[in-house]
Amino acid sequence: MTLTLNHYLFVSGLLFAIGLSGVMLRRNIIIIFMCLELMLNAANLSLVAFSRFNLVNGLPNYNAQVLVFFIITVAAAEVAVGLAIIVALYRARQTTHVEDINSLKF
Amino acid sequence: MSPILFYLFAALTLVFGIAVVANRNPVASALSLVVSFLGLAALFVGLDAYFIAVIQVLVYAGAVMVLFLFIIMLLNIKVEERRKINVVAYAGGGLVTVAFVAELWLVLQRFPVGKTEFPAMAEQTVDDVRNVGNTLFSTHNLPFQVIGVLILVATIGVIVLSKRELK
Repeated sequence: MTLTLNHYLFVSGLLFAIGLSGVMLRRNIIIIFMCLELMLNAANLSLVAFSRFNLVNGLPNYNAQVLVFFIITVAAAEVAVGLAIIVALYRARQTTHVEDINSLKF
Repeated sequence: MSPILFYLFAALTLVFGIAVVANRNPVASALSLVVSFLGLAALFVGLDAYFIAVIQVLVYAGAVMVLFLFIIMLLNIKVEERRKINVVAYAGGGLVTVAFVAELWLVLQRFPVGKTEFPAMAEQTVDDVRNVGNTLFSTHNLPFQVIGVLILVATIGVIVLSKRELK
C-alpha cells in the first residue's frame, strides 16, 4: 500500500467540500469566514502535492511552493481586512448573523 | 511519508474541519480550525515542503487564529441560539456539497497520472528554505514586492475601517 497523488488530491477536495458546505449551511458570518480559510488551505494542499509530484532535476517544483507562500500572505491580509469589516458591521448592527443583514436583498 | 501517518493526519484535518462547521460555539470552531491547520502542516512535512509547513503553523495556527479568537471574544459572541431552519437552503447546500464530492470521486477515477506513486527525490535531504528563497527572490521578485504593497494597503485599510467615525 503506497501513497499516490490521488490520495492527497482527494483529501484536498474533501477539505474544500467541507469549507463549501460551511459557507452554505452556516449563518454566522465569522464561521463563514473560517470556512473560507479552510477552502484556501485545501487549494494549498493540492498545490504542494503537485509540487512534490512534478520533480525538476530531482527537486520539488518550487514555483508551486512560492505560489502557496503568496496565497498564505494574501489570506492573512484578507483575514485582517475581513475581521475589521465584521467589527465595523457589528458596531452598526449588533449582529453577526447574515440573515439579519439584508438591506441589499431584493 | 508512511501511509499510516498520512491517514492519521488526513483524518485529523478532515474530522476537525467538519468540527468547524458542526460546532455551534464559535470559540470551539476556531480551536478546531487550529487543529485542522496543524494536521495540514503535518501533511506538508510529509510532502517535503518544510518551509511551507512552518509558515502554515506560524501564520495560520498562530497569527490568523489569534485574530479570529480575539474578534470572537471582543464581540462577545455567545453560542448561537436555535433559529427556524430554512429547510430549502439546507437541502440545497447539502446537495451541492454531495454533488461536489461525487464529481471529485469521478474525476479522480479517470485521472491515470494520479494513480502513480510519488517519484523519489534526488537526495534524501534538501535545503528547502534556501531553494524556496532562491525562487522567491529571483524568478518571482516582482510579485513578492507587490505582495509587500498589498500588505501595506491592507494595514492602512484596517486602520481606516477600525476608526469610530468615518469622514
